[in-house]
Amino acid sequence: MTTPANEPKDLQDMTGTEAAADAKRGPSIATRERRQGSINPSGETPYLEVENLTVKFPTADGLVSAVNGLSYSVPLGRTLAIVGESGSGKSVSSMAVMGLHDRKRTQITGSIRLGGDEVVGLPENELMKIRGDAVSMVFQDPQSSLHPLYTVGNQIAEAYLVHHKVSKDVARKRALEMLDLVGIPNPQRRFKQYPHEFSGGMRQRAMIAMGLVNDPKLVIADEPTTALDVTVQAQILDLLNNLQKEFGSAIVLITHDLGVVAEMADDVLVMYAGRCVEYGTAEDVLARPRMPYTWGLLESIPTVSAANERLRPIKGLPPSLLNLPTGCSFNPRCPYKDRVKGERCTTDLPELLPVDGAGAHTSRCHLHDKASIYEAEVAPRLG
Amino acid sequence: MLYFVARRLVSALSVVLVTLIVTFALFFVAPTDPAASICGDRNCTTERYNEIKENLHLDRPKVQQFAEYTVGIFAGRTFETSGVKQECNAPCLGFSFKNDRPVTDMLKDRLPVTVSLVAGYAVMVLTIGVFVGSMAAKRRGTLGDRALMSSTLILSSVPYYIVALMISLYLTILYPILPRGGYTPLTDNPGAWFAGLLTPWLVLGIYNCTQYARYSRGSMVETLSEDYIRTARAKGLSDRVVTYKHALRSGMIPVITIFGLDIAGSLAGAIFTERIFDLPGLGNLVLESLNNYDLPVIMGTVLVASIILVAMNFLVDVAYSLIDPRVRLS
Repeated sequence: MTTPANEPKDLQDMTGTEAAADAKRGPSIATRERRQGSINPSGETPYLEVENLTVKFPTADGLVSAVNGLSYSVPLGRTLAIVGESGSGKSVSSMAVMGLHDRKRTQITGSIRLGGDEVVGLPENELMKIRGDAVSMVFQDPQSSLHPLYTVGNQIAEAYLVHHKVSKDVARKRALEMLDLVGIPNPQRRFKQYPHEFSGGMRQRAMIAMGLVNDPKLVIADEPTTALDVTVQAQILDLLNNLQKEFGSAIVLITHDLGVVAEMADDVLVMYAGRCVEYGTAEDVLARPRMPYTWGLLESIPTVSAANERLRPIKGLPPSLLNLPTGCSFNPRCPYKDRVKGERCTTDLPELLPVDGAGAHTSRCHLHDKASIYEAEVAPRLG
Repeated sequence: MLYFVARRLVSALSVVLVTLIVTFALFFVAPTDPAASICGDRNCTTERYNEIKENLHLDRPKVQQFAEYTVGIFAGRTFETSGVKQECNAPCLGFSFKNDRPVTDMLKDRLPVTVSLVAGYAVMVLTIGVFVGSMAAKRRGTLGDRALMSSTLILSSVPYYIVALMISLYLTILYPILPRGGYTPLTDNPGAWFAGLLTPWLVLGIYNCTQYARYSRGSMVETLSEDYIRTARAKGLSDRVVTYKHALRSGMIPVITIFGLDIAGSLAGAIFTERIFDLPGLGNLVLESLNNYDLPVIMGTVLVASIILVAMNFLVDVAYSLIDPRVRLS
């Protein structure tokens, strides 16, 4: 892979707390060349650029568009959270980045560029060189994502050996170093253990160690905390955060948990029925959301202060991708569609437009007075 | 691991003991009287009949007979018929008066034949069968996969003895493309040994490879859809490594179970194959001794077959634990 085009940033840009966190972890990676990653907020040259991505699968009932015209970008050192319900296309879109689909059964159009290089249409042997090296993936359920018959250490070492022509011993040392780095105590002993001898949190740490062993520029974390206890979730998120600062990688975090988004994300992309419906910085999307679906997601988070109230789910179910509603895909579930004049919500697909007429925060909604509706009706309910 | 092996060994030995008792009981529930069968139809006087019974200790209590039989296995014993003493050295599994030989000696002659046959067969199903199944699983849904699977189904729906007979008749006798079946000990002439077994290996192997291809395909299709296979691909491993290293190791577990039982069954008597290809193995021995009510030989082969079965099960358990670390704990 080529080096990304963004300018090397001085590491002194790091804030005090980050530096302290870094220092605490000690000299375990002193020998490794530090990537000149930047932790500057947006406006940088992106490492991952996805443009007008469409992913289609043929099924028995017809061609399914799992992802439709999706565009986003992630610079090094930044985290983009892709949020949405099950089946909204969030995992599918990121699998496409690694070319992990069944090639014969999947139609991918659009463009995916890593550090400026096109990935869509690359032959399998070229994709293999990218997988696990420049781009790696941390999967949802570490219980099923680790091979039950190989030791954890061997699986990590193997990931290193695929992309490095080194001896097994060197790979082993590297794996031990990674186990230590992700906070697994007693790496020497843990190296020889099997996944079933690890706890859930430890397994996910091992998974992360495997994902980062080749110092990837982009890490795709597909619901990395969904299968874990809440207390362990926080540890894993902290770990990812810290490692990002250390490695300077770009992270695409796929999740349906807005709590995770608030903690981790720099940018947020909300997906619904295969399309992006709102995209902006985390602050924009979480504090000034401009799309009824995003409002619904925010409202459905239970709060402690409202312990006696009923939960507020988004009514209805996500539409079938085989049979999308005409107009806005969200219209059958949208409580605000009556406020749009005429039948536009059911006839016209709204475009993804800047919410303020300009700027990076975009949403896909026909409502004119989104800001005032949010401030007057939705925000008070969020408490 | 050592504890695991020891535990399995104890349970295997207890199964053998139970088999020994059941086999011995067979001697008495069998529809023929051993003494009468030795005595023969003609010239059998009551005197002679009683003498045989006495010589064989058939007049003694059954528990004592069983004890003598069991002791004989470990220490050997002496049989006496018509004043002639016959030594039967340990492990003595009885004496065949029809053949005038200890059963153990007869088994010793026959076992290498069957083992040779089954060894070649095992190699074939484990390589060709499993490989074809894995290939089909990797390419599942393609034309090649469907063609392969339907042809294995067609082949395996024809009874084995028909296939074997036809091949023996057409390819070794009428059009001698393949060498005729037969057995020469490996130590005598390796070339002849190989030539004589080649056709039976091919027939038995290819016919059963279809079964193994189907088992392996099913198991591999399941394994290939596991999350950890996706992880392996996400690491950047090639398709080949993912299939034949990561997937095959898990995919083999159910196949090994079937393999163990199948091999044990074949060792105990690949009767059709041995009969059709003229191999003097255990299967043929069983057939011969059933034909002339040679009870001690039948008992001996049943016992040996059950020991083989138990041993194979034990080996399968050990193989499991080598493949799957989780088995060692439970």
